Amino acid sequence: MSDLLRPLESDSAVERAEIDRSLRAPVLFFMATGIVWLLLGSVLGTLAAFKMSFPHLLDSEDWLTFGRVRPAHLNMVIYGWASAVGIGVGIWLMGRLCRVVLRHRGLLLAAGVVWNLGVAAGTIGILAGESRSIEWLEFPGWATPILFVAYALIGTWGVIMFRYRQPGHVYVSQWYLLAAFLWFPWLYATANILLIWQPIQGSATGAVNWWFAHNVLGLWFTPIGIASAYYMIPKVLGRPIHSYYLSILGFWSLALFYSWNGMHHLIGGPFPAWMVSASVVASVMMFIPVIAVAINHHLTMRGHFDALKWSPTLRFTVLGAMTYTLVSFQGSLMANPAPNNLTHFTDYTVGHAHLGLYGFFTMTMFGAMYYIVPRLVGREWPSATMIRWHFWLAATGIALMVATLTLGGFLQGLELNDPQSSFLASLQVAAPFRLIRAASGILLSAAHLVFAVLFLWMLLGRGERRATPTLLAESSVPAV
Amino acid sequence: MNKLPLLFVGILCVFATSWIGLVAYPYVKLGHLEPAVTKDGQLVPAPLTASAVAGERVYAANGCIYCHSQQVRPAWLSTDIEKGWGPRQTVARDYAGQRPGFLGTMRTGPDLTNVAVRRPDPAWHFQHLCEPDVATPGSIMPAFRFLFKVQPVHGAPSADAVAVSGPHAPPAGMEVVPTQEARDLVAYLLSLKHTDPLPEAAQP
Repeated sequence: MSDLLRPLESDSAVERAEIDRSLRAPVLFFMATGIVWLLLGSVLGTLAAFKMSFPHLLDSEDWLTFGRVRPAHLNMVIYGWASAVGIGVGIWLMGRLCRVVLRHRGLLLAAGVVWNLGVAAGTIGILAGESRSIEWLEFPGWATPILFVAYALIGTWGVIMFRYRQPGHVYVSQWYLLAAFLWFPWLYATANILLIWQPIQGSATGAVNWWFAHNVLGLWFTPIGIASAYYMIPKVLGRPIHSYYLSILGFWSLALFYSWNGMHHLIGGPFPAWMVSASVVASVMMFIPVIAVAINHHLTMRGHFDALKWSPTLRFTVLGAMTYTLVSFQGSLMANPAPNNLTHFTDYTVGHAHLGLYGFFTMTMFGAMYYIVPRLVGREWPSATMIRWHFWLAATGIALMVATLTLGGFLQGLELNDPQSSFLASLQVAAPFRLIRAASGILLSAAHLVFAVLFLWMLLGRGERRATPTLLAESSVPAV
Repeated sequence: MNKLPLLFVGILCVFATSWIGLVAYPYVKLGHLEPAVTKDGQLVPAPLTASAVAGERVYAANGCIYCHSQQVRPAWLSTDIEKGWGPRQTVARDYAGQRPGFLGTMRTGPDLTNVAVRRPDPAWHFQHLCEPDVATPGSIMPAFRFLFKVQPVHGAPSADAVAVSGPHAPPAGMEVVPTQEARDLVAYLLSLKHTDPLPEAAQP
């Protein structure tokens, strides 16, 4: 039984090194390109945010108008950054946990190149005015097939690694990764076929759109983030996870309830009432998988929270995992019609989205990279001070962004719902919050720059050759 | 969990339920709605002109949906009708023929379901697109001057010259006129009118 509670890896250091060597090029490629898109995406996101306070900012060129910069930002961070780093981390975890050497890594690397070409083509398409304004799917119809072909290779690799895994139990992280690798192509193909290639008509497009967009978060990013946390926490602490049964409950209830969430973006919209009701119920039921995972992670951490002082991996990962609980509770509550009425159509929703995608997923991925990259390049992170800067800039940046969007959106919602109030009042009340929120984008961009420099140092072989990892303080766990 | 066929089938079957419920069902049920025909033979919603169809693409290309919704929620749920976004809630048939339907998720700007009713004058729209904060003080809408061109006046000013009066007013001897894209966009905005009753959505 205790076997089921630990990430099972090869006990031979030579074998682990061999697996890492086979994964090095593609995993580092996905991470490196992801960081480039993260930097570009942060700049465009910050620009879009400042445009809400200064609408005359760069308003003479069509490709820099708010309505193009905003979706370009979103797609760059979704496909260029989050998906790419998720693939990198996911493939590495698969290799380590399945204990298989990656074969034909050249093809996986090629898929990474094609994926990035797709993101670049799609981003240029949006800025050039080719977007069809389908949220989370703005890349033009000639760019999405490129991404799909690249993904087909990547996903196949993930599943093949799983198929040829060494005998032994399958760890919880592997369930999540396998599921994510199978769900994403289904999601992406369905949405592309029905919304872009052979577009259906009418309000049904809204249902398909939000089934897709919410599930990209719920069934693609979320399982990868949880898989990573389920690996990193027991690994760094050298402790088993608390409960096998909670991990099963969390997995299956996530699959069932998250997949039905999408329609809560369209409460009051032109759909049969049962569809919206089903999504509201499923959103509330999300308490089950979220609490199951939260308890499991918390009880694994219990008594060892001092690890957040010294382990960069755990500091990012645990903050991400806690944010997952927070953002999911928030989501379950704001899916109810009464609170939704207040937050719908406001900045509050934008804050919620950033809390999920950044506070949870991106933080978890930073944590994973602090663990994985030294194993791939054979060197340790060169500066604990810079890791600290990265953490605090990212943490304060996202906290400030979510706080201002949440509060400003709440006040905006009050004005939007008040029949006596003018529309202008909803702009005025949100204005100061929007300005601070734009400033938070600078903090996040700075955090990304610090991390990019660290990562580049590692790639260039400037990391330190040591037997011990770079820690932020003295470790409380005896070295293994 | 080592029963892998079960894991595999479970992962796919559980997900399939939502695909059936939130994709296949609306596709069958809502994906083929036709406009209603009134007693005097009018179609509701009215079909778009060719220019309005082109304008729909301009609307999408420039991301209007990131600030403007096009949906009126029912009175039992929201104050949308009291706020004047429309006399009745919007229903699935209002979006018949739209690929995609621009339901929107943000109201950084006003809802546009019935903008043609509130603002029927094309001249207002042209000026508003050129200098939003002059047309409606306090607006944070970006200007869409790139959809217009500045040209010298030959003799009498053009009939469609836009009355730009703010900091971007044309110098003497010049005038601002809409490009075809701007005309299409305004044709589309002036098609946005969902006030006629439908069998499934009578006016209160």
